[in-house]
Amino acid sequence: MADLSIDFVGIKAPNPFWLASAPPTDKAYNVERAFEAGWGGVVWKTLGEDPAAVNVSSRYSALYDHNGNVSGFNNIELITDRSLEINLREIEAVKKSWPDRALVVSLMMPCEEQIWKTILKQVEATGADGIELNFGCPHGMPERGMGAAVGQVPEYVEMVTRWCKEHSKMPVIVKLTPNITDVRFPARAAKSGGADAVSLINTINSITSIDLDAMAARPIVDGKSTHGGYCGPAVKPIALNMVGEIARDPETAGLPISGIGGIGNWRDAAEFISLGAGSVQVCTAAMIYGFNIVTEMKEGLSNWMDSKGYETIEDFKGLAVPNTTDWKKLNMNYKVVATIDEDKCIGCGRCYQACEDTSHQAIEVTANEDGTNSFGIIDDNCVGCNLCEITCPVDDCITMDERSKGQPYMNWMQDERNPHREEA
Amino acid sequence: MNMDNSVNYSQQQLALDQMFKDINPALSARQAGIESSRCYYCYDAPCIKACPSKINIPSFIASIHADDLTGAAKTIYKENIMGGSCARVCPTEILCEQACVRNHEAEKEPVKIGLLQRHATDNAEFEGHPFERAALTGKRVAVVGAGPAGLSCAHRLSLLGHEVEVFEAQQKAGGLNEYGIAKYKLTENFAQEEVDFILSIGGITVHYDRALGKDISLSALKDEFDAVFLSIGLQDTASLYLDHEDNDSVLNSVDFIKELRQATDIEQLDIPKDSAVVIGAGNTAIDIACQLKRLGTEEVTLVYRRGEAQMSATGHEQQIAKNHQVRIKTWSQPEKINLDEQGKLSSMTFSKTYLDEGKLKSTGEQFEVPCSAVFKAVGQKMAYPQTEQLIPTISNGKVATFHNQLTSIEGVFAGGDCTGVGQDLTVEAVQQGKLAALAIHQELTSSEEK
Repeated sequence: MADLSIDFVGIKAPNPFWLASAPPTDKAYNVERAFEAGWGGVVWKTLGEDPAAVNVSSRYSALYDHNGNVSGFNNIELITDRSLEINLREIEAVKKSWPDRALVVSLMMPCEEQIWKTILKQVEATGADGIELNFGCPHGMPERGMGAAVGQVPEYVEMVTRWCKEHSKMPVIVKLTPNITDVRFPARAAKSGGADAVSLINTINSITSIDLDAMAARPIVDGKSTHGGYCGPAVKPIALNMVGEIARDPETAGLPISGIGGIGNWRDAAEFISLGAGSVQVCTAAMIYGFNIVTEMKEGLSNWMDSKGYETIEDFKGLAVPNTTDWKKLNMNYKVVATIDEDKCIGCGRCYQACEDTSHQAIEVTANEDGTNSFGIIDDNCVGCNLCEITCPVDDCITMDERSKGQPYMNWMQDERNPHREEA
Repeated sequence: MNMDNSVNYSQQQLALDQMFKDINPALSARQAGIESSRCYYCYDAPCIKACPSKINIPSFIASIHADDLTGAAKTIYKENIMGGSCARVCPTEILCEQACVRNHEAEKEPVKIGLLQRHATDNAEFEGHPFERAALTGKRVAVVGAGPAGLSCAHRLSLLGHEVEVFEAQQKAGGLNEYGIAKYKLTENFAQEEVDFILSIGGITVHYDRALGKDISLSALKDEFDAVFLSIGLQDTASLYLDHEDNDSVLNSVDFIKELRQATDIEQLDIPKDSAVVIGAGNTAIDIACQLKRLGTEEVTLVYRRGEAQMSATGHEQQIAKNHQVRIKTWSQPEKINLDEQGKLSSMTFSKTYLDEGKLKSTGEQFEVPCSAVFKAVGQKMAYPQTEQLIPTISNGKVATFHNQLTSIEGVFAGGDCTGVGQDLTVEAVQQGKLAALAIHQELTSSEEK
């Protein structure tokens, strides 16, 4: 049995699955239910200054896949709408009841040192394991100079992080916004400010859909709408890339990362961890399916780790980082060519359609006597783009086979075809 | 189609409809959404090739998935104006759904094309008719028979700008859709609603109670109209050639189904209470057997002289019969119709059969099946009116057609069951009507240029 426990910047948890700061971690009732279900930790929904935020009615909207399942989720909810006093009291009580679980408190305050100093003392007094700085909320709060308005300015990130480290002994996790050109800059700023870790991604500015009758974006508040924050499976590729960028940036390499963004099952979690995440945070999947999904997540991760011989999370953490590199370092002498397994082919012709219309005309169609079609690869035309493999609905019918000709590794910087190559 | 159903149903009619509820319930919008996502949108799609009317199936399914039922229905009607009834009566398991590539992979579950087609045609809403007629050509075409072939031909001709007059021997249009399809496949008033929908394009006049050879003649039509399309269907049924076949309780299945489809009250029907024997192996045999079960006949035995594999009813149809608890007795041929002292039908005697080098032979072993009614479903034949002077070439008992549905007579085209081309499916009749219309149009408009 694999050991799923983690020690993330000194915060211990029985498993790497934390609930992200969001509606599921809004109050003691939810958090208690989450811990009962088996979650390793939670990041409590962001606390702010009193008076508490007030939310509008109609808050979420979604993007659906072809089967009507939620693939992307959008919200315009603000930080906690309950008083600081109630939140702090509940945090203290929950931590007392669940000492083995990670309880991190998310914070968002105006950029004034004294305000931060005060709240840090109050949070510290609850016995919480750490704080997460919400520099990422993309809707509502930036209009008040907080959330992403801070996260988008590396200098502010560094400044507030430094205050938190100065005025508190708690580990500080800086939550980064993806609504920025290059996520490495705020990550570097957080590190300079002394952050113990970064967590990412927060939600992405989004409009999920327009109600074409009302001519308004969803969710609609009395005929009007505003952009929200996007999360769920659809953002996973963006989140993975940003996690990878920070993990492989020499300036932030080794900075602990809590991975967030579209994690809904053990495989998603394993992917984030392989790119360097030391814990993972989940929200949308829990909001759609409830807290019990953590059961399959833990079980699946454990079974996969057993099958791979990984005994602890540390055993595979970051293993994909060295293999994530710059384009210019890829091997120009590597070649794959598609192969179609005729026995498995069902004759849908999607590969042909895709290759013929939009790629390299590397698939030929042969009409059979019985009216069906056969499809074959024209090796000389195939550039190994994977498109046919992607369109093929049959498992392992189209495979990309290596056809490298035994030439040594040669990247673009060494390639004769590159007029700007580096001379050996 | 979404036609306003203004027919006032009696309680009895409702009771009868209840008895013949849809064998295949429609998909809900949610089910259709999920099912439509399963279509792979194939290149050179095998389902289109397998559809006798060449409906662009992946296209209409994509439209359903994109919430455009109007577009979906238009795509269907463009090739097949009877897409609504075909969605219900087509043996999709040997056509589009058999060809569906999802049959071949691990899941072995084709996309439910028939039900999706029904979803589109049932739920699409049109302001008036979906298509607009082309500029009028001034040409007039006569169509004999208002069954699927005739209606399809008439609709396409009207669409292309011709005036069409349809001559129908019965009191209603629709042909077998109205008079011959099992009631649980085309329920309630669907057949007539579809006829109304087709005729709503305009330019088509239907004359009822006008039979060829009696009220109209081909030579007269040929004189009066620019072209003629014959779609007279089949009028006669095959015989068992047994004594007592004329007994009141020995019935033709097609006659009984016709009566049932027109009945407004179950009391109007003479239904065998205890037991009935159905002879035949086609879809009509299955239809009558299942309908008898639904009407309350205790024991229904379907008897066929060969094996299940040779039955022309598809495996799917045979399963429907089994689901209706119809007893299927194969390798048995009719020998005698037995009457009691009062001359009332009491049973039928069969002998067991086997194949000897491809020839069907009797083993000599006989058995008796008690029954109070016998329903013959051993095939239908064309009976071309003998009173007609002008008769197209008949081959194998059917109207011979040549290139583009043309008969041996210039300007006279034919389609549907009377031609005996294909498997006598509704969808084939629709296609033949459509092809004939296109050929007639070609002829009428090209001759104009001369």
